[in-house]
Amino acid sequence: MPLRSFRGGVHPPEHKELTEHKALELMPVPAEIFVPMGQHLGKPASPLVKKGDYVRQGQVLAAAAGFISAPVHSPVSGKVVKLVKGPVVGGTTADMLVVQPGEPDPLPADKVAEGAAPPTSAPLLLPPLDLNTVTGPEIIERVREAGIVGQGGAAFPTAVKLSPPADKPIDWMIINGAECEPYLTRDYRLMLERPDDIVEGILLIGRTLGENVNLGIGIENNKPEAIRVMREAIVKRQAAIRVFELKTKYPQGGEKMLIDAAVGRKVPPGALPMEVGCVIQNVGTALAIRDAVILGEVPRTAVLTVSGLGVKEPKNLQVTIGTPLRDVIAFCGGATADARRVVVGGPMMGFAAYSLDAPVVKATSGILVLSERELKEPPETTCLNCGKCAEACPVNLLPSRLARLAELQRWEAARDLGIEVCMECGTCAFTCPARKPLVQYLRLGKKNVRNLPRKER
Amino acid sequence: MANPSGTGSELPAVSEGNLHLVTSPHVHFGWSTARIMWLVTAALLPCLAVAVYHFGPGVLAPVAGAIVGAVGTEWVLNRASRRPDTVGDGSAFLTGLLLGMIVPPGFSPVHAALGGVVAIGLGKAVFGGLGHNTFNPALVGRAFLQASFPAGMTDWSTAVARVDAVSRATPLGLLKFGDPSQFPADLATERLLAGNIGGCIGETSAAAILLGGVILVATRIASWHIIVSMLAGGALFGGLFHLAGVGPSPLFHLLSGGFLFGAVFMATDYVSSPLTHRGQWIFGLGIALLTIMIRLFGGLPEGVMYAILLANAAVPLINRATRPTIYGAKR
Repeated sequence: MPLRSFRGGVHPPEHKELTEHKALELMPVPAEIFVPMGQHLGKPASPLVKKGDYVRQGQVLAAAAGFISAPVHSPVSGKVVKLVKGPVVGGTTADMLVVQPGEPDPLPADKVAEGAAPPTSAPLLLPPLDLNTVTGPEIIERVREAGIVGQGGAAFPTAVKLSPPADKPIDWMIINGAECEPYLTRDYRLMLERPDDIVEGILLIGRTLGENVNLGIGIENNKPEAIRVMREAIVKRQAAIRVFELKTKYPQGGEKMLIDAAVGRKVPPGALPMEVGCVIQNVGTALAIRDAVILGEVPRTAVLTVSGLGVKEPKNLQVTIGTPLRDVIAFCGGATADARRVVVGGPMMGFAAYSLDAPVVKATSGILVLSERELKEPPETTCLNCGKCAEACPVNLLPSRLARLAELQRWEAARDLGIEVCMECGTCAFTCPARKPLVQYLRLGKKNVRNLPRKER
Repeated sequence: MANPSGTGSELPAVSEGNLHLVTSPHVHFGWSTARIMWLVTAALLPCLAVAVYHFGPGVLAPVAGAIVGAVGTEWVLNRASRRPDTVGDGSAFLTGLLLGMIVPPGFSPVHAALGGVVAIGLGKAVFGGLGHNTFNPALVGRAFLQASFPAGMTDWSTAVARVDAVSRATPLGLLKFGDPSQFPADLATERLLAGNIGGCIGETSAAAILLGGVILVATRIASWHIIVSMLAGGALFGGLFHLAGVGPSPLFHLLSGGFLFGAVFMATDYVSSPLTHRGQWIFGLGIALLTIMIRLFGGLPEGVMYAILLANAAVPLINRATRPTIYGAKR
């Protein structure tokens, strides 16, 4: 049987060999952490603590501000030093609490005399729930309470994704283990090191979506070990979870591409996967859900890959949320002399960091330090009309044409050619011999199309 | 609980001052415009080598003339319009080389240089430079030469003298104007493949052109859709007329004149060909049909050049008609 995949796409050099054999390592907590209030898609959370407060690990620092939002918990026990506007990944600044890890001040003598309990720095956990008896609504409530967000990149609040409207029945829940971004090996390591927990997470997610949902996990065939280990874990558990072996091709891990490859359904333009009865969750999200339900954990660390030829010791790390990029890179031996760019996320869709003070957040999946050797950049020329971008575009757009329309500020024309369907996967710009910054033009176009008055029909 | 980095500032290479800030993606396939142009140039070398073998080193004079005319014009126009120099991207060199390959072996180098000037000046620069031209610049140059120097453009004496051919003309010339009794020797498939026939510098050896085509397709530079559709169209339309008793065999159509050279090196020009595979099939089939019609019913022995130029003009229309359906959308 031919391997499952989709039309278009590209084969960027994988560079997974830099970290794929490196087991997850726990990075020590840094001297100060910076916890942004907005670590998710949607409204930033509202702070519940103030300067000088002592907070415990797992304590709610900020409450969800509305339906599409998520609470933020304290990754460490320590003192809130201040509330600042600091740099975040993506080129902006955001409100963040600065927390200095440490022990609480001892009680004054008179309070001790009154018999008050001494303060503690022990983690504050949610009550563990039983895997076998917990119900779907209980799981969703726990996911909401724990502030879990999607680990696949967009950081969409997971509880919202698990609550599809009643008129959109879901019959497939597929875990995204494609990890199609080059360099990143985070999901791969999680699958190798915690397969049983992932299976439990899948079963829990399945329970939130009703009786009739089929469960699956899609893994690219460049990870045969992960496929084998996951299959074993599923058999051991006697779980009804199907493993989809996917062709290694970027962007196989895009939601639409994964659904197409696994179950052969095409998500219409502008629609969400639930339109075709599917929900996609990342491997890391499944684990976060499992830990929140069974252990009562809240996200306090992020699992990520630190890689690239510009970092001395590439690693897979478990990092305290709020740790500045600078400290993570330093923990990996620092940068090489020819390091030029720090990318947060994968090399195809990640953001170049403008400040190394930006902190690791819940959904950070990778930090890449790219060197001059990886960033060969000949000059941009005019578009040759070669059509390679159109050939590679997984959603059948004409990127060169759309970029030109954006350049000419012809937003209506760009909208009519479907610019909003673009998921900014970077496939077009990767393949462009003229080195046009196509994604940049497409983003510009999308932003302006969103600002257009609604089309009259 | 200490900062694991010590001071946290030991990152000389990636300090805030010199961080690269660009949008994703951060990796690239590695190709550039220049790389493509020089690879196509390399793919033309077998044709040039065969031409030197059959017709002598003298053929290098018109080729060099066309290149000097094209590159010189590119350089001068860039200077005059205060634009960045684009000679290094190799496209003007390639246009000159392509033009030089589609003139007769004994063609005047000075006239070839004039063709190069027109190819770049009128074929490319007036449209706004690389990527903006409607027509294949080398063919624009050739059309100019055909109109301006008709005698030189149909003088095959140099070629004929060197290859010791029975003919006094090209195979297609014979077909149109010649004595049918001379057909057998000149129309032999082996000679068309090897190239020891009268014809333009780069067009004579089908084998050398096919080798270039294999290079272009194997390196994924050229779209095989254009090459295959044009050849399939030539075989189909040529074959239909042949069955109806009009014209030579379809194989003769494909191997003679500029058909193969046009399919491999001219119709595949990115700028002047359609974007999508469906469009490329329409384009290739259209060129083949026009070529066969001109050859069989037109006033000229050969029609590839005009067929491609006409199809170039239809490209915007083809692109519009073959716009891909957006993923997941209903047709």
